[in-house]
Amino acid sequence: MANALLYDSTLCVGCKACETACAERWKLPYNDQVAEEAVLSDHKLTVVTTHGESFGRRMCMHCQDPTCASVCPVGAFQKTALGPVTYDAAKCIGCRYCMFACPFQAPAYEWGSTTPKVSKCDQCYDRQKAGKVTACSEACPTGATTSGDRDAMIAEARKRIAENPAGYYPRIYGLQEAGGTSMLLLSKVPFEQLGMPKNLPNHALPPLTWNVLSLVPDIASVGSVLLGGVYWITHRREAVAKAEGRQDGVRQ
Amino acid sequence: MTTAALPMPRAVPLWRRIPVWRLVFYAIMSAALYASYLRLFHGLGSVTNLSNEFPWGIWIGFDVLCGVGLAAGGFTLVAIVHIFHIERYKPVLRPAILTAFLGYVLVVVALMFDLGRPDRIWHPLVMWNPRSVMFEVAWCVMLYNTVLALEFAPALFERMQWRRPLRIVQAISAPLVIVGVILSTLHQSSLGSLYLIVPSKLHPLWYSPLLPLLFYVSAISVGLAMTIFESWHSAKAFGKQLEWPLLMSLGRLLAVVLGVFLVMRFMDLSRRHVLGAMLEPRPEVYLFYLEVALMAIPVVVLFSGAVAERPRLLYFCAVSAILGFVTHRLNVSVTGIQAMTGANYLPRWTEIAVTLGLIAAGFAIFRTAAKYLPVFEHPVEAEVREST
Repeated sequence: MANALLYDSTLCVGCKACETACAERWKLPYNDQVAEEAVLSDHKLTVVTTHGESFGRRMCMHCQDPTCASVCPVGAFQKTALGPVTYDAAKCIGCRYCMFACPFQAPAYEWGSTTPKVSKCDQCYDRQKAGKVTACSEACPTGATTSGDRDAMIAEARKRIAENPAGYYPRIYGLQEAGGTSMLLLSKVPFEQLGMPKNLPNHALPPLTWNVLSLVPDIASVGSVLLGGVYWITHRREAVAKAEGRQDGVRQ
Repeated sequence: MTTAALPMPRAVPLWRRIPVWRLVFYAIMSAALYASYLRLFHGLGSVTNLSNEFPWGIWIGFDVLCGVGLAAGGFTLVAIVHIFHIERYKPVLRPAILTAFLGYVLVVVALMFDLGRPDRIWHPLVMWNPRSVMFEVAWCVMLYNTVLALEFAPALFERMQWRRPLRIVQAISAPLVIVGVILSTLHQSSLGSLYLIVPSKLHPLWYSPLLPLLFYVSAISVGLAMTIFESWHSAKAFGKQLEWPLLMSLGRLLAVVLGVFLVMRFMDLSRRHVLGAMLEPRPEVYLFYLEVALMAIPVVVLFSGAVAERPRLLYFCAVSAILGFVTHRLNVSVTGIQAMTGANYLPRWTEIAVTLGLIAAGFAIFRTAAKYLPVFEHPVEAEVREST
C-alpha cells in the first residue's frame, strides 16, 4: 500500500498550522520571520504560499519514480513502499545533483554549514511506519491537507471535482506530472498560478538518463573488441613489414 | 647514456622577461588560498553565489565540464598514435597525455572544493547506484586517472632510468590504451548525459537527446585544439622549433571534427523544431550565436587554406575553437539553465579566484614537468633498451 498527501487549495485558509507542525517535528526554529519566508530552504521543509485569493503549498512531491533517487551517485535517496522518498544523510557526498535534477526544485541545502546536508520533507516516514498520518495533515484544521492510500486519495479528489465542477480546475496535479507523485493537489485556478512548475513531462524522468546509461556495457564490450581489432591490424601490418624487411607498412 | 635525461634546451623563463606575469601568478594564488580557507572553515555559502534554485555554478560548469573536455587531447592522441598507429603524431603525444593527467587531477581538486562533503569523495566506491550518471562519471574518472598516471609514467621512469618499471608499463601498454579510450568515450559523453535529466530546466537551444554525442564530439575537437595551443606555447617558452606540418594536419583534423559537431548541432535543432528560438532577441540567444561563431570561424578559415605557412593563424583558430567549446559548455550549464528557471547566478569573486588558481597551477605544473621530464623530446626508446 502506498500513501499520498492530498492538498486541496480551495479548503486552505493559509493559517500555516502545517508549517508549524513540520518545524516542530524537525525541531527547526519557527517564528514570525520564518513564517514570512515563501520558499523552501534548509529550515523550512514546507511552505504555504499566497497567490491573491488562493493559497498554495510547496514541499517534496515524493515522486513515484523519483529523479533524486536515480541521479544520486551514492544512492542516498529511497522510494519507500509506503510512498515517502527518504534521504540518508550519512551517505550524501554533497554533489547536489538531486537539487539540480529535481523537477519540482524541492531539495534545499545547508549552505552555511561546513558539514552540510540536503533538507527535504520525508512525509513523516517514521510516523507513517507507525501507522500515523503526517504531522501536517494532523495539524490542518480545515482538512485542506489529508493523507491516506494514494488510490483512495485520487478517488476522493475526483469525487470533489465531479461534485463541484465550478469550484475546481478540472485536473489533479501530481497524477501524471513527472510520472506521478505521492503529493496530490487540487485548486480552483490553474496550478502554475499557485507557483507549481508547469511544462513538466507526463512521464518519469529517470529513463531519460537510463536509456543512455544502459548502453555502457555494450559500448565497453563492443568498443574494446573493436579497438583491440584495430590495434591488432595496425600493429600486425608493421610486424609483417618488418619481418619482410620492408618499410612501407609503417605509416610515417 | 644520459641523452634522455638531459634537461630541455635552456629556456628563458617567461617571468624573467615579463615580471608582471610572476606578480599576476602570486596574486591569483593568494586570492585562491584565501578563498580555500573560507571554503574550508565557513562552508560553500561563504564563497559561492550558489542557491537552492541554482546549485551548480562555475566550479561544475567550467572547472569540471570544461576541464575534462580540455583534457580530451590525451585519449584522442593516444587513439591516433597507439591504436590507429599513425606514428608521425608521436611528438605531440606526451604533452597531450601530460595535459590530460594534469587536467584530470585539477578536476578532482575542483570537485573537492565543490562537494559539500569532500571528505566523503570515496563513497561512490562502496555505495553504488548504477542508475546514476554521476556514479558512472565518478568511476570512469577515477579509473581513467589511474590509466593516465600509467600512460605518463614512462616519462618519469625514463628520466630516473628506472628500467624495470618502464618495461612493465610498456608491456601492458596495449590493454592500457584501449581501456583509456573506452573510459574516456564513456565519461566524456556522460558529462552530456548529466543534463538529460532536466528537460524542463534547460533551454531548448541546448537541451537535446543528443547531448552525450555532442559532448563527446566537442571533447575530441577541443582536445585537438588544446594540443595545437600547447605546442605553440611550448615552442615559444622553450625556444624550440614548431612541429609545423604536424600541427597543420592536426588543424585539418580539428576543422573536420568541428564541422561534424556543427552539422550535428544544427540538424538536431532542426529535427526538434527549435530553430525559431534563434530569432528571439534574448541574451541567451546572443550567447548561442557567440558559441556558434567561435566554432564556425576556425572551420571556415582552416578549410579555406588560408592557414598555410601562417602558424599564428592556426594558433588563433585553435584558441577560437577552445573559446567556442567553453562557451557551449557554460551555455549548457549556466546560461541555458538560467534562461529556463529564472534563477539568478553570477559567480562570486572567490569562485573565480579558485578557478583561476587551478588554471594557474595547471600552467605552472605543466611548465615544471616539461622542464625536468622528457615530455617534448621523445626519448629514443631503443637507446634506453640498449643501455639495459
